Amino acid sequence: MTSVVSARGLGLTFKTGDGDVQALSDVNLDINRGEFVSFIGPSGCGKTTFLRVIADLEQPTAGSITVNGTSPADARLNRSYGYVFQAPALLPWRTIDRNVGLPLEIMGYGDSAARVSKALDLVNLTGFEKKFPWQLSGGMQQRASIARALAFDADLLLMDEPFGALDEIVRDHLNSELLKLWARTEKTIAFVTHSIPEAVYLSTKIVVMSPRPGRVTDIIDSPLPRERPLDIRETPEFLAIAARVRDGLRAGHSYEE
Amino acid sequence: MRGLFAGKTVPVLIVLLAIVLFWYVMAVVMNAPWQETLNGRANLTDVPLLEFAQQTWAQDKPVLPAPHQVAGGIWTGLFGSAITAPRSLAYHAGITLGATMLGFALGTLLGIGLAVMIVHNDASDRSLMPWIIASQTIPILAIAPMVVVGLGAVGVTGIVPKALISMYLSFFPVVVGMVKGLRTPEAIQLDLMRTYNASAWQVFAKLRWPTSVPFLFASMKVGIAISLIGAVVGELSNSAGGGLGVRLLTGSYNGQTIQIWAALFIAAGLAAMLVILVGWGEKLANRRMGVRA
Repeated sequence: MTSVVSARGLGLTFKTGDGDVQALSDVNLDINRGEFVSFIGPSGCGKTTFLRVIADLEQPTAGSITVNGTSPADARLNRSYGYVFQAPALLPWRTIDRNVGLPLEIMGYGDSAARVSKALDLVNLTGFEKKFPWQLSGGMQQRASIARALAFDADLLLMDEPFGALDEIVRDHLNSELLKLWARTEKTIAFVTHSIPEAVYLSTKIVVMSPRPGRVTDIIDSPLPRERPLDIRETPEFLAIAARVRDGLRAGHSYEE
Repeated sequence: MRGLFAGKTVPVLIVLLAIVLFWYVMAVVMNAPWQETLNGRANLTDVPLLEFAQQTWAQDKPVLPAPHQVAGGIWTGLFGSAITAPRSLAYHAGITLGATMLGFALGTLLGIGLAVMIVHNDASDRSLMPWIIASQTIPILAIAPMVVVGLGAVGVTGIVPKALISMYLSFFPVVVGMVKGLRTPEAIQLDLMRTYNASAWQVFAKLRWPTSVPFLFASMKVGIAISLIGAVVGELSNSAGGGLGVRLLTGSYNGQTIQIWAALFIAAGLAAMLVILVGWGEKLANRRMGVRA
């Protein structure tokens, strides 16, 4: 298996008015091609920061990291990842098809229409091309933003709590859709979440993190099969992994503070 | 009828009626001294109040012309003579409108240009804004004659000096509004463009500019109204060029109060019309940009 993301001794310290904040400390991690890796931990554990380092939106201050064998900056210049943010961040003056086509316009793709309809099909939004974002529900808007990240067919998908603002029913639905999408596209996905069931349900690998300083406390390779119906969440195997994740979170987090 | 009461029409008409009534009363009050002098000369005594009021509403050069006199002045000004005649208010309104539009166009372009510089260039951001604000603290009435006379001395006359004064006034709301507008995109949207490795030009064209459109229209509504003021002020300094400002000036030289008021109302009507036009442009842009109705 080839490594898509490889971090060695990675650290990141933010300089703030109140002194330095160590957002990441000594992170060693490999994400292999085709994996679905979840990052879970309480707020302040650096999970989003790590994703942003992969995306070259933050610069590490220690250690090294490669993305597709190059630096994150080169990976960004090569447009080798799609990023899905916590909010859909759709441009309100563009219809859905033109929102999904935005990266294609910027990158100068000629076959934009075909790519847009393929991406919309992947997230089950065919038929909503000419709607404006405000005409769609929150879940549909987030699906459109996933389609936008898929449109230029990067092999790596970085998702930062994409379903965090949605209610649980919509979230369950989108989780199972995301798994199908992952199976169809065979992409590598790095997924930030603070929901244990979400992390266990989706991932082939779960990275448990803890705050102050942000660090990795446990890496769990999931024994669950790739094909996962929603009711797999009632099985003993699932509950065992969830328990291990919860233990990892508890060990890394002191509630006395 | 119920529809009328539910909407704005009836309240607006009631306010208008109150203003007109107040105006007629004030016309009697303000024109009374001169009317008494006239009546004294004609040995008219004990004129009944209603007749006296009618006299005060029919003077040649009243201190305050009555509404119907102003309406008559507007009517004869607009339709009483050929549109190209120097007596025609329509002709002068046309001159003012030309200078206003040119100045507004230049001012809007200058405002947008300065805003783009301020937003994209750190040095401009720190150096330009104080000067832009200082520029608006100078009384335009003091600067206008210098611009008109100065440019006249180097052979630039006609519409250009007036348009420059309009520009001087109208670029300001545009620059302030557009700096705000171009900085409106959220961090998440800017991050998104960065993940696409978008160029500065692409970020501007596809994100900053569309986000700032509502700010642009709000600024332009202010800008176009003060453009008209700039053009009129410019005309005050150059009575040869014509325009509503010149009509105001000659009216005050000759005590032609009816002419002054007629020109004032036409200027106000023109400004209202221009603001409405910008409003239509805004509606059109909103529809194209999918703004929720």
